Amino acid sequence: MAVIEKVKLPGPASWLLNWSRKYSLWMMQFGLACCGIEMGAAIASKFDIIRFGVIPFPASPRQADLLVVAGTVTDKMAAPIKRVYDQMPEPKYVISMGSCANCGGPYWDSYAVTKGVDQIIPVDVYVPGCPPRPEALLQGVIRLQQKISGENPSEKWLGHTTPIPVIPEPGLAGGV
Amino acid sequence: MAKVGSPSEERAGARGRVPSRHPEEGAAGAEGRFKTEEMILNVGPQHPATHGVFRLLATIDGEVLIDADPVIGYMHRGYEKLVEQRDYRQITNLVSRMDWLSGINNELPLALAVEKLMEIEVPPRAQYLRVILCEMNRILNHLMFFASFGAELGAITPTFYAFREREDIQRVMEATTGGRMHFGFFRPGGIKEDVPEGFVEGALAGVRQVIDRLPDYENLLVGNEIFKQRTIDIGILEEEAAYSYGVSGPIARGSGITMDVRKDEPYLVYDQFDFDVQSAPNGDCFDRFWVLIREVGESARIVEQAIEGLPPGPIMGKVPRVIQAPEGEVYVRCENPLGELGMYLVSDGDRRPYRLKIRTPSYSNVSALSYVLKNTYVSDMIAILGSFFFVLGDIDR
Repeated sequence: MAVIEKVKLPGPASWLLNWSRKYSLWMMQFGLACCGIEMGAAIASKFDIIRFGVIPFPASPRQADLLVVAGTVTDKMAAPIKRVYDQMPEPKYVISMGSCANCGGPYWDSYAVTKGVDQIIPVDVYVPGCPPRPEALLQGVIRLQQKISGENPSEKWLGHTTPIPVIPEPGLAGGV
Repeated sequence: MAKVGSPSEERAGARGRVPSRHPEEGAAGAEGRFKTEEMILNVGPQHPATHGVFRLLATIDGEVLIDADPVIGYMHRGYEKLVEQRDYRQITNLVSRMDWLSGINNELPLALAVEKLMEIEVPPRAQYLRVILCEMNRILNHLMFFASFGAELGAITPTFYAFREREDIQRVMEATTGGRMHFGFFRPGGIKEDVPEGFVEGALAGVRQVIDRLPDYENLLVGNEIFKQRTIDIGILEEEAAYSYGVSGPIARGSGITMDVRKDEPYLVYDQFDFDVQSAPNGDCFDRFWVLIREVGESARIVEQAIEGLPPGPIMGKVPRVIQAPEGEVYVRCENPLGELGMYLVSDGDRRPYRLKIRTPSYSNVSALSYVLKNTYVSDMIAILGSFFFVLGDIDR
């Protein structure tokens, strides 16, 4: 780790690091509401998220790289979400799944709902829909992998925010 | 393919095991129990086995749960206040998201309540289609229970099988309503539009496939000795306790209460179909599982009969352009997949309801949890939580 922080990585090394990181994302599932069921469908037999290198069911957030916030975030739930996010080690990524996690969704005027999980934790990819189809979550994962492949690993490890790279048009999974 | 017998036959084959409930303090407590310091164990709100954001504060003494206190409210979205700001057509889409496993069953009592207040006659075709869609949704919900209960007890295979069947039925429902989970299809007066071509064939194929494969799936769990030992005589909810806590639906039927709103107080056209109310006498985790799985077959029977008798005709009654319920109040109850769902609608003559009180099944069912969990072992806690199949959105609203 220390080397990565001090030395500017040569291009091939950072490409290799990014390439290996993006295909072994351990996914912490934060299934809160309806989207949690569709996230389950994305993991289960027909859609099979594991073929994209996303591994569900980590034993704890301390082993996870990716947090998927799927569902309505209420004000009471906001603190536990922040806590789970803080438990995850850097580098970490967040996918906000569904309209509720994005912006409040159909509960935009509710007194109890947080209007967007990005008020609590930084979000990398937003997946729209109410709830999004499992294919939409898979597309979100591909977008995240494209983002990872354009990153500077040393900055990410230091916790710096990387400017979002220009995302190429969706083609082959990962776009390598 | 071995046939699965009645609950008593299946139970007879299970080997003996230690009693699940720890002897109460007093009788055997003095010599039989080794007291340790009490500890409070926090389960949730983020815990994969609580399917949702359920939190349990468990006071444990060694391995024994001496007190369990469910903490709810992590999914409270303020439904009863939100519906006062929306007109009746908008509410349909909102209540669909209340219990996310049975969207279309939630829309039904609202539509029935508005129809009762406005005295709208619903054409028979719409009523039959409502029954078909409700029962297909019930199958989806129960398959989800099969998936999650297996996974909670350590068997991940049922999840993959159940989701495969769910996809087939969901595809038919999506072709009809446009939604995979939230349908927004029932309107006051009827349904949104007629079913597309191929609906009958698709629904029949999907339902029959479930019936064909269900015995195999059941055997995966019921034929498994580990599953039996983890569920039989675990988490007993007696009949009187189930009554006093207001438990309804499959959880109550697992305790020997043969109560089903579809039979006792038929709404729509349920009185025209031949189906049985499944119940089991013991009230433990195994019986609750058995009842829930058996209901899939009953729902499939209803779908087949309803498709057979599906009449032609219009799908919408005479409904004014602006839905404006007259002044009055009405209570409607329906059999949700998880129990009795009631809606108490008070109207002051506006386009929006003055008040909508929602009585949800999971909320009442979960109130019995602290009773059932008392004096059980920590290792049985997840089995009990899983067998009380509750949906957090339904509890908190």
